[in-house]
Amino acid sequence: MNKIRNILDLKKIKEQTLNKRESQKIILRTCNTGCRARKSQKVIDVLDSAINEKGIQDTVKIIKTGCHGFCEMGPIIVVEPESIFYRKVKPEDVHEIVSQLTEGGVVERLLWSDPVTKGRIPFERELPTYKRQKKEVTYKCGRIDPVDIEDYIAADGYSALGKVLTSMSPEEVIRTVIASGLRGRGGGGFPTGIKWKMCSEAPSDIKYIIANGDEGDPGAFMDRSLMEGDPHSVIEGMIIGAYAIGARQGFIYVRDEYPIAIEHLSMAIRQAEEYGILGKDILGTVFDFNIKLNRGAGAFVCGEETALIISIEGRSGTPRSRPPYPAIEGLWGKPTIINNVETFANIPLILSKGSDAYASLGTERSKGTKVFSLVGKVQNTGLIEVEMGTTLREIIFDIGGGIRKGKRFKAVQTGGPSGGCIPITRIDMPVDYDSLREAGAIMGSGGMIVMDETSCMVDVARYFIDFLMYESCGKCVPCREGLRQMHYILENICRGDGEEGDIETLIEIGQFMMTSSLCGLGSTAPNPVLSTIRHFRSEYESHIYDKKCIAGVCKNLFEYFIDAGLCNGCTLCRLKCPEHAISGEKKKPHLIDSSKCIKCGICFNSCKYEAILVK
Amino acid sequence: MNFKAIDNILEKYNHHHSDIIGILQEVQHIENFLPEGTLRYISRKMEISLTKIFDIVSFYKAFSLKPRGRHIIKACCGTACHLGGALQNLDQIQRILNIKEGETTADRMFSLETVNCLGACALAPVVVVGDEYHEAMNVGKMEKIIVACRQEEGDS
Amino acid sequence: MKIPIIIDGHLVQVDKGATIMSAAKKAGVFIPTLCYHEALKPYGACRLCIVEVVQNKQRRLVTSCNYPVETGMEVLTDTLKVSQMRRMIVELLLARCPEMPAVQTLARRMGIEISSFKIREAKECILCGLCVRFCEEVVGVSAIGLSNRGTEREVSTPFEAPSDVCIGCGSCTYICPTGCIEMVNDEKTPGMRSMNMGNLSLKPCPNDYKCTTCDIERHFIEEMKGAITRFREKFRNSTEL
Repeated sequence: MNKIRNILDLKKIKEQTLNKRESQKIILRTCNTGCRARKSQKVIDVLDSAINEKGIQDTVKIIKTGCHGFCEMGPIIVVEPESIFYRKVKPEDVHEIVSQLTEGGVVERLLWSDPVTKGRIPFERELPTYKRQKKEVTYKCGRIDPVDIEDYIAADGYSALGKVLTSMSPEEVIRTVIASGLRGRGGGGFPTGIKWKMCSEAPSDIKYIIANGDEGDPGAFMDRSLMEGDPHSVIEGMIIGAYAIGARQGFIYVRDEYPIAIEHLSMAIRQAEEYGILGKDILGTVFDFNIKLNRGAGAFVCGEETALIISIEGRSGTPRSRPPYPAIEGLWGKPTIINNVETFANIPLILSKGSDAYASLGTERSKGTKVFSLVGKVQNTGLIEVEMGTTLREIIFDIGGGIRKGKRFKAVQTGGPSGGCIPITRIDMPVDYDSLREAGAIMGSGGMIVMDETSCMVDVARYFIDFLMYESCGKCVPCREGLRQMHYILENICRGDGEEGDIETLIEIGQFMMTSSLCGLGSTAPNPVLSTIRHFRSEYESHIYDKKCIAGVCKNLFEYFIDAGLCNGCTLCRLKCPEHAISGEKKKPHLIDSSKCIKCGICFNSCKYEAILVK
Repeated sequence: MNFKAIDNILEKYNHHHSDIIGILQEVQHIENFLPEGTLRYISRKMEISLTKIFDIVSFYKAFSLKPRGRHIIKACCGTACHLGGALQNLDQIQRILNIKEGETTADRMFSLETVNCLGACALAPVVVVGDEYHEAMNVGKMEKIIVACRQEEGDS
Repeated sequence: MKIPIIIDGHLVQVDKGATIMSAAKKAGVFIPTLCYHEALKPYGACRLCIVEVVQNKQRRLVTSCNYPVETGMEVLTDTLKVSQMRRMIVELLLARCPEMPAVQTLARRMGIEISSFKIREAKECILCGLCVRFCEEVVGVSAIGLSNRGTEREVSTPFEAPSDVCIGCGSCTYICPTGCIEMVNDEKTPGMRSMNMGNLSLKPCPNDYKCTTCDIERHFIEEMKGAITRFREKFRNSTEL
């Protein structure tokens, strides 16, 4: 362990680490964060044994990395120096990979293949999903060992901090961040530099800086991946921010549901302390700064900044009114900056590249790149990073590979429970803060959920209202009672008890909540409902007037039936039906008894011939 | 109630009131849930009103006032999982174990909880059993996992 | 330092940091409230005190109980938008507590007989939080508190068990606007006074029935009841909307 006393020490560590790599001819970058759910740890263990067995451990190194982004294809191994991309690697594949390492070949069947042409693409940089992306903030995820600070330093980590602490004043740092045009990546989109300026000018000896890692939007895992895959970038961003505003104590608030993120951040903080990057006299300057890790406890509302502050103070996360704004009066009444972890991860880039270079990416009012979690009904689900202004079409069809199972695109939901659904008519819109807002959605933290014709938009609205009813703090009347009433109406509609006037009432309650709720949760809660009514009103009307759910989701409003022309009598559905509602002989078309059918969907999802349809 | 262990945790946090949430998480980790007696003890030792502690443990859903099973099944109900059929999976688990969400089986083997997004959306729908993540969950797979847990306990 | 602002056309000078509500009081302008009390920190939960603020050519709706005044601010307490918002709040509360007289009176003053929203479960508490906040901030014992979250948020004692810190002062029943907390004298057990709110707590005599305070207790309860009735009359008459 080397205590870093100044910039020269930093440079020395970088050189030493890079030199160590010289002898490692082959590097295997294996994801061990998100891919753990697909047993990547086992793959790595077998890989390690196989390499040692072969006696090549001096020239072949395994780096356990964070998320590579192409989650659909995990577990992933990328073999350097050529960047050969192996996907869906199982423990039994390892021996073949290892033998090819020394023979200079590749394992064909583990390469990614184009679903249409079936052609195999061996190199990471040529995969269509990566070609349109611009990995800046997530560049190191998937390349470095997130819990090895020397790996981070070798990749130029903490060099921005060195530059800031030794050659820039706090005011210069703030000017640079303002000039970069960086806007908060957590959902609000407020100009980061302006917030920092407000806080730096607030008169107080004690100030605080907080990283919001309470990524609660369902469907979003950008922050999770950053905290797991490159925790030092968040730490570096926070130290620079603390220097800019004059804070000596920082906090990172992480969701309780992210155990790996908590583990990696704890390790990263500890290492930073050991190396002198956190603590007293950082990099030989008179700047002191410490970071404490706080765990969330299962409350989505704690992602709201005032609720998060109250949670750190040891109370229930009920938001409070603003003013006073946290930048002036926050944690324990002191001026406090709260920024999302992705916002902080942008900071080292801005300070090392310079604000002009940073601002050369993106659009007029939305600079830089944005990390999104592209999930739902797309082929290539995973973590992506694109330049602001990239269109939805490019994201969903080029990067995402289009809709899976040959189905049709119906809508994409952005911004989580505060966001909205965007239909096919807007597929060519640029993804930036203002365009999304105009379309009735928001950027949010970056969750992008793609839906196809089997998704019911009324059910989606009901899902979000149910989520918010449970997650709301319950303090103010508009949010608590407004959500309750919206829930009753949507429940009725989905059950087949919708009435004339329901749509208008939903709109009325929604507009009321937007203007009179105490906090952002309540004021944005109506968005999913209002946006689905705006773009998919006919679906609401067919639920209410025709009592029909054409997507086949709302159980009372559709029936399953077997198309005799498509059914080949394989008997799979009959065997799986828990209610014995399907009858038929082998090799003859089967029949569903609607009176017994409970719409569990087991037959629909099991049928290999797509012979079970919805009416 | 393990007084010594609780006292150690309180010492570690210097009895700071603002660390009450972290303290309760560590205590729950030892005791599997938060018994009333334990909360009264912490209230006395830390001089925080029991009312405030009860507000916290009932507000934050990570806390459980009831004993939980040895295998905690968490069904993710995030948006991607919802679209992928999380509710059908939940129904199936409830059918197999004969308990509702939030409940524990009579033999204290399984508890069923829902989570509002685990951040593993690319693997939707996700169900976590203990520390193990299971992706693309469907009704067939769920049954196998429960059987496997039962066998594992039977063996040990 | 005094700041000039205009409320409904009246010019008032108020201290820096004062709330719009205190400025309105000074100007003699009435703003309806439910969860506000001058002895307690502003809470901002009922939203009934919403007003429209015009500042830097922008109009916004804010709660007057906790929004600080600023130079150049113009406040409008009775615009169409404001009355629409207040009406919605009352309709929602009426759907929540359709049988509580205080809520019915509030609604009737706005011309609402029955809520146009769905009523599933008639509750008694409007969750204004006055009882909880008073017990914590003024009395200082925190015998009752809030628990759960969202639509399940409620006032209760820890574990819904009889409180062992309640001193039986009766503040909660005094301050409750709907009357869903009652003070009850138990004739059989002298000195036994209980605050009842559904299944809520019971407090035995703090002197363990060892002194002669029970007679004084009986008189006290009669006086308390009188004071509460007078207070509620005043409340009903003052919430002119």
